[in-house]
Amino acid sequence: MTYTSFLIKYAEIAIKGKNRYVFEDALIKQMRYALKKVEGEFEVSKTQGRVHVECLSEYDYDEVVEALSRVFGITGICPVVHVKDEGFDKLAEDVIRYLEDEYKVKPICSGADISESTGKDISENIGENDKKLTFKVNCRRARKNYPMDSQEVNMAMGERILDAFPDMKVDVHNPEVLLTIEIRDECIYIYSKVIPGPGGMPVGTGGKAMLLLSGGIDSPVAGYMIAKRGVKLDAVYFHAPPYTSERAKQKVVDLARLVARYSGPIHLHVINFTDIQLEIYEKCPHDELTIIMRRYMMRIAEHIAGESECLGLITGESLGQVASQTMQSLAATNEVCTMPVYRPLIGFDKNEIIKISEKIDTYETSILPFEDCCTIFVAKHPVTKPNVNIIKRSETRLTETIDELFRKAIETDEVIVVS
Amino acid sequence: MTIYLDNSATTRCFDEVRELMSDIMDRHYGNPSSMHMAGVEAEKYIKNAADTFAKLLKVNAKEILFTSGGTESDNMALIGCARANQRAGKHIITTKIEHPAVLEPCAYLEKEGFEVTYLDVDEKGCVRPDDLRAALRDDTILVSIMYVNNEIGSLQPIAELGSIIKEHNPGTLFHVDAVQGFGKVRINPKREHIDLLSVSGHKIHGPKGIGVLYINDKIKIQPVIFGGGQQRGLRSGTENVPGIAGMAKAAELLYDDFDKKIDKLYELKTYFIGELMQLDGVSVNGIPDISDTADNLYEAVRTTAPHIVSASVEEIRAEVLLHALEDKGIYVSSGSACASNKPAISATLKAIGVKRELLDSTIRFSMSVETTRDEIDTALEALRELLPHLRRFTRR
Repeated sequence: MTYTSFLIKYAEIAIKGKNRYVFEDALIKQMRYALKKVEGEFEVSKTQGRVHVECLSEYDYDEVVEALSRVFGITGICPVVHVKDEGFDKLAEDVIRYLEDEYKVKPICSGADISESTGKDISENIGENDKKLTFKVNCRRARKNYPMDSQEVNMAMGERILDAFPDMKVDVHNPEVLLTIEIRDECIYIYSKVIPGPGGMPVGTGGKAMLLLSGGIDSPVAGYMIAKRGVKLDAVYFHAPPYTSERAKQKVVDLARLVARYSGPIHLHVINFTDIQLEIYEKCPHDELTIIMRRYMMRIAEHIAGESECLGLITGESLGQVASQTMQSLAATNEVCTMPVYRPLIGFDKNEIIKISEKIDTYETSILPFEDCCTIFVAKHPVTKPNVNIIKRSETRLTETIDELFRKAIETDEVIVVS
Repeated sequence: MTIYLDNSATTRCFDEVRELMSDIMDRHYGNPSSMHMAGVEAEKYIKNAADTFAKLLKVNAKEILFTSGGTESDNMALIGCARANQRAGKHIITTKIEHPAVLEPCAYLEKEGFEVTYLDVDEKGCVRPDDLRAALRDDTILVSIMYVNNEIGSLQPIAELGSIIKEHNPGTLFHVDAVQGFGKVRINPKREHIDLLSVSGHKIHGPKGIGVLYINDKIKIQPVIFGGGQQRGLRSGTENVPGIAGMAKAAELLYDDFDKKIDKLYELKTYFIGELMQLDGVSVNGIPDISDTADNLYEAVRTTAPHIVSASVEEIRAEVLLHALEDKGIYVSSGSACASNKPAISATLKAIGVKRELLDSTIRFSMSVETTRDEIDTALEALRELLPHLRRFTRR
């Protein structure tokens, strides 16, 4: 079956009162961006408080649905069939053919030419032999001069459907098929399927934040989750050549690209962190290495975030996951920042995080084994309950050199724009 | 500036080769199976290439088969021979230090009901002739041994091993994976009792995606790729004309003044090893009887392949050293490039008894005829500078 357009449902943003247009405009912008990468010509428009995607050329259904499924703010995607208004009888034929194609049900009367059926089977829950398929007709009449009113269309169409498919039943409260017939000026829309969207809010409605991207499983998921709340992302990656390889860096770029499919373009800052790491390694107690290192990463991230007009930092930390993510360790790393640090995974188990990373397709890339060089800088027994005052005292050993190293590290900032 | 010392992974394509291939793609793009003139011209390139390899290997042109590379050549030799000769027996002999392109087909054949014996090697990385003698059985149909090991550059006594096989049973086939050997050592299949020989184009300054399998025309072998019946039905698929012609051109260029080039490589390798041994905490793998006098060293080096130097560097992880050298524009590989994208420890290094703590600290330099003394000096200079620096940051 060929769908001529998609009707987009959005729940959360509809309740935003007078700011509603801001959210809708952001949604449309993100949808246009997502569809730019899809082959074909599309027009995204807002009419009568609803967002539509008109397909102006041949297109691949799965590709379009996949692209739209990544646009935050969308709660549902309804594929719509357009038919011409050629009288109610013709409309009834069209509706019966639509149901036949969409739900693989067989009509008993052959009033219409229903031999060709080219649609793909997207009916997952409702099988061919489901005798008790329940439905409700829901007519919306935008064109008020249509000869029947909405209620009349509902009843007459219900009858026609029951005649054609005697096994189907009407259920006005909880129908399996909510068939909407929308009579518009130019044509009539028929739709009933709703493909779930990702939810959330359109990116661009919530400011911008700096994601600390490591190449592991967690940080891309953290970025995804904050982007879902409408936040635009920038990212920073700490590169430590020759201890981390060019491939490890490429992997982070690839991860940023995967996250950008949801968040839109990301400015990825790559900072050469080697000299700071070596300095810490040579001068500070080894069990404190990771904490001190992370404190400097946070400082640098905050510095770049400030320059890029970000309003917060995002990390993939999850409470208690590793030594550097205990409450004490988080307190110690958090202490260097004044900017809010968003930790969307804080209460998640590893398995829950993995599940999301699989869903957003970052998992396979995250587990590529390119980052093990960095293990050289990990103490065998790192502190799990660092005391901020002791850590601060250890950091005084760096006083002479660290400002210069910090400045130099910032200078190495290489910005890669991924989209 | 780039100093490329990873020529066992792949080599730079010779300029003449690139030009020839570009010309063929541009002007002689016919399908060699076509009946018109364009097809005939393309076919001529293949025939000439076969003649070139026949001449260099001193075999008959009809014994030259073009494949997609070393891996396909090895696969066809093992699987094609095993299938065609299984009525004579189901026993195969190979070594523990072969390339995966040989070991994986062996593993596949084991699942198909063949029995495979894997020979150990000595501390130089060489098969002991007595081990081979002891492993040969009446039902041994095939022996597969590499000419030059890709990780440490050990040179197998192929002629001696060949005669042991044929003394035991003239019907037992001898396959030699010469992907690292061809173009570095003179190879004469007839004299060395080799029935099948694998060669790869991109290891000899030719293009990637092309290779040769020499097949003694007296033996039985089955195709592993089926289709339009090209190359006498042994290897279907439209021939890669530019690849074939380019590879032949590369071989021809390499064989021009061959002995002199190889002597130069050996001298360079001897110099390189001599200098490496002066470095603190560096040991060279696969060179027997190393003594400090240059003469003895040269003699020892001559018993190995001329282009591969495997060195273990105490207290520094190979990957870190590799990236540090890369930073200076020097490309090397850790262990074997083919094996370095998986964390598994090199079977070859283990087989020659490299110390456990050094397995992860072993890098491979591989030279080509284009490598210069200056480049080796620059690499040595970089090592002298990097090693003490990198050792400051070993894991405590």
